[in-house]
Amino acid sequence: MKEYRYVGKPEIRIDGKEKVSGAAIYTDDINFGPDLLYAFIVESPHAHAMINSIDTSEAEKYPEVLAVVTGKDFPYKFGLYMQDRFIFAQDRVRFIGEQVAAVVARNPKAAKAAAKLVKVDYTEIPAVIDQMEAVKEGSDLLHEDLENYNHVPWFFPKPKTNIAHWRKIRKGETQKGFDEADYILEDTYDVPRYAHCAIEYHAATGLCDKSGRLTIWASSQSPHTQRHLFAEALKPLGFTHKDVRVIAPHVGGGFGSKAGVTMEILAAAIATKVKGHPVRIMWSREQEFYNTYQRLGVKTFLKIGVKKNGKITALDHKIYWDAGAYVEYGANVVNAVGLSAIGPYNIENASIDSICVYTNLPPGGAYRGFGYSEFLFGLESHMTRIANHLGIDPIEIRRVNAIREGDKTAYGANMNPNGLLKAIDAVEKEIEWHKEFKSSDPNKVIGKGFSLLWKAPAMPPNASSSCFLKFNEDASINLLVSGMDIGQGYLTVMAQIAGEILGVPPSKIRTENPDTDRNPYEWQTVASHITWGSGNAVKKAALNARDQIFDLVVRTKHLPKDTLYLEDEKVKCTQNPNFELPLKDFVVDGIQMKDGTFKGGPILGKGTFLPEFSTAKSNPETGQGGHPNVHYTTGAAALILEIDKHTGKMKVLKAVEAIDAGKAINPDLVKGQIVGGLVQGLATVLYEDMRYDDKGRLLNPNFTDYKLPTAKDIPDKIVPIIIEVPQPDGPFGARGVGEHTMLPAAPMVANAVADGMKVRIKSMPVTAEKVVMAYLDKDK
Amino acid sequence: MKKISINLNGETRYVHVEPNDVLLDVLRDKLGIKSPKSGCERGDCGACAVLLNGKSVRSCLVLAVEVDGQEITTIEGLSKDGLTPLQESFIEHNAFQCGFCAPGVTISATELLNKNPHPSREEIKEAIAGNLCRCTGYESIIEAIEKVAKK
Ligand code: FES
Ligand code: FES
Repeated sequence: MKEYRYVGKPEIRIDGKEKVSGAAIYTDDINFGPDLLYAFIVESPHAHAMINSIDTSEAEKYPEVLAVVTGKDFPYKFGLYMQDRFIFAQDRVRFIGEQVAAVVARNPKAAKAAAKLVKVDYTEIPAVIDQMEAVKEGSDLLHEDLENYNHVPWFFPKPKTNIAHWRKIRKGETQKGFDEADYILEDTYDVPRYAHCAIEYHAATGLCDKSGRLTIWASSQSPHTQRHLFAEALKPLGFTHKDVRVIAPHVGGGFGSKAGVTMEILAAAIATKVKGHPVRIMWSREQEFYNTYQRLGVKTFLKIGVKKNGKITALDHKIYWDAGAYVEYGANVVNAVGLSAIGPYNIENASIDSICVYTNLPPGGAYRGFGYSEFLFGLESHMTRIANHLGIDPIEIRRVNAIREGDKTAYGANMNPNGLLKAIDAVEKEIEWHKEFKSSDPNKVIGKGFSLLWKAPAMPPNASSSCFLKFNEDASINLLVSGMDIGQGYLTVMAQIAGEILGVPPSKIRTENPDTDRNPYEWQTVASHITWGSGNAVKKAALNARDQIFDLVVRTKHLPKDTLYLEDEKVKCTQNPNFELPLKDFVVDGIQMKDGTFKGGPILGKGTFLPEFSTAKSNPETGQGGHPNVHYTTGAAALILEIDKHTGKMKVLKAVEAIDAGKAINPDLVKGQIVGGLVQGLATVLYEDMRYDDKGRLLNPNFTDYKLPTAKDIPDKIVPIIIEVPQPDGPFGARGVGEHTMLPAAPMVANAVADGMKVRIKSMPVTAEKVVMAYLDKDK
Repeated sequence: MKKISINLNGETRYVHVEPNDVLLDVLRDKLGIKSPKSGCERGDCGACAVLLNGKSVRSCLVLAVEVDGQEITTIEGLSKDGLTPLQESFIEHNAFQCGFCAPGVTISATELLNKNPHPSREEIKEAIAGNLCRCTGYESIIEAIEKVAKK
């Protein structure tokens, strides 16, 4: 493999010093001066109710209150994939915590106190909390006028039901496949909702100046998409895209929750009512839980038929999503899973129904993994169960069925080159799969669990990225991109890509989080596509700048272009070892000729990238015919779990995860993703446990009752393994890994529990209580 | 309103506070010290940690009036004369991702190393167990502290 100078090296994060010195500015750290106003939101106390009237008169009289706004002020809809929600509730609320009004005051205490004086008169109507109830015929409806909602062309809502989208896959002949099977396993799995729990809250400050310029500072994964959605929603007020600006400082974690638009639209809208004053909205930890997005809950019905040798003959996967009150983003999670719930397997006959169901719970939306964790829990539990039934090794059955390059995906396109088999081998070896593990403590047993993972970016076929590259006088570089460093190390990786091509060390490249006025377009920092998509744009911008440099040298020094190369911040020539032209001598000022004139001028690179082969067009009844996913990233993982037979208490002794990054531009950061993501995944299965009452009220919206793992709760050992089978259209062969890292955690824990305790837990989380109860039941 | 004085990062600062003003808000909004972050406002996350007379406290749980005349150190103060070896080690190990927990973790780890310059891995975990980090899985942070502890 080619040796690179900066790519593939564990470079130090270019934002490292800022973050450890306290210099890093997050949204709420920005000083807006003494004119800053504070908004406080009035929320629905009901899961489903009609709003009869809102009386704001008392609140308006409260000292230091400048404005009280309600749905009447903004009868505008918004939404990324489906416009099914209003900025503030209009005549109806659909979940507890939904925004009904806002009070704007000179200080936060006044805003909060006055918000209590807003009187909202409601009439409660029946709420539907469970998706299996909501999907029944005759269920109370959340959205009676569903057929009139604007949505992307690849959604298929069912009017007069609670079904917002139904993604169908019909591949091969499923019934025939089951007829040919020697063994069929059919079961259901439950995965509840989860919260992202970025440590930084959602925060946004809006300023609409008297000239009509609207600026939003937001903790964001999607500055350009936010600008677009603000401009679209507020178009009736006269805004166009050029009038709206989103500035995105450092983000204190996103995990999908800061993608698209949630509370930020409140800052944009409210600012238009208090022109000239910046107005700040910051969510509390409780609001983080119930009024951003949550990970969708799901119930899956899975049926797999196999031959005696483990070869899968057919799969039928029916997936019912509890998508919440609004699915403007969440319906695309459902879609993504519909396309991919076949798993990383080559299956000829498959039927998938992924069904997006409205419920009176908080809106579901993007969460690291984008639905794949949810279906993999069932699928990867199923694979181990089938292997056990057939007496085949659980790793072997996966090898037999593993998807390979050129095999057909569920929607009929060819699978990309991938290192799935290499990942399986690497994990099998590192975890010592075939070794017997025994606890020295008679009260404890040891179980081993294994799982595969795969995921594709879920994005519109025209999601694009772009980059401007500016040289400075000293040949340092400002790289302007609009992806977000949400912790994954994006800024550093972009600098490594540009630096590699231009022979400039990443430490001499400044890449910052964007301002939509200054930085060129990027769709969103989601889908783990940013290294690939934005990386391609950066690579093109760097190649474009290199071309300009070479052309100038050809023109002025009369050297053949194909003999020129860049190294150590200099132009060099393969034919003439004595030729060395430092970049700093000319990248801004140009090259001086004998007659004293100058040629050239500032080098400005430009690159854009759009996956031109992708299409979401397909047959709605079969899902066949399109190329909706650009590629899949695959991997494997295993763990060794120690379980206390009497208490069910579990401890991960060792976990191994191998992921095919294509090319790890920065292996240190990829390993950071593997470890961090795996721990986040383990948290969902071993710690976090979201509870609602039967009225749709979230009972544990805080870190005391919704437990995140601490440093004391992590596995004794995590071994991250990087596999590199290049992605042909990726920058230096790279593909994304950020979300994938958490995907195998839950099924491998369930599989390890089954291995050690001989009980199968089919609902997440896998708590000590569940394990020990199942164990006691088993012995009865 | 009461006027209090705080020895803040080595400088005496005076500020007017209400009896119910929380130290975290006073540091951030009235004194311009932005490194302590708010992540829960109920003592669960440790993002707001500062050193009060050398001991780490959660500034979201402390009333500003209580620290009248006391000494407060934040990471703005720690890095006053250049980064500490701990901070350097965090950079070298790419210890943080989003970095939002970094100020709080740095305060906890600084307190630990001040008391116990060569802590074990278990002691390190114990010391930062009050700081939630959603990004890293803690491993890179622990390694960076271990590296300093071994010196
Ligand atoms: S904000 Fe103080 S502990 Fe979380
Ligand atoms: S680095 Fe993001 S919370 Fe710790």
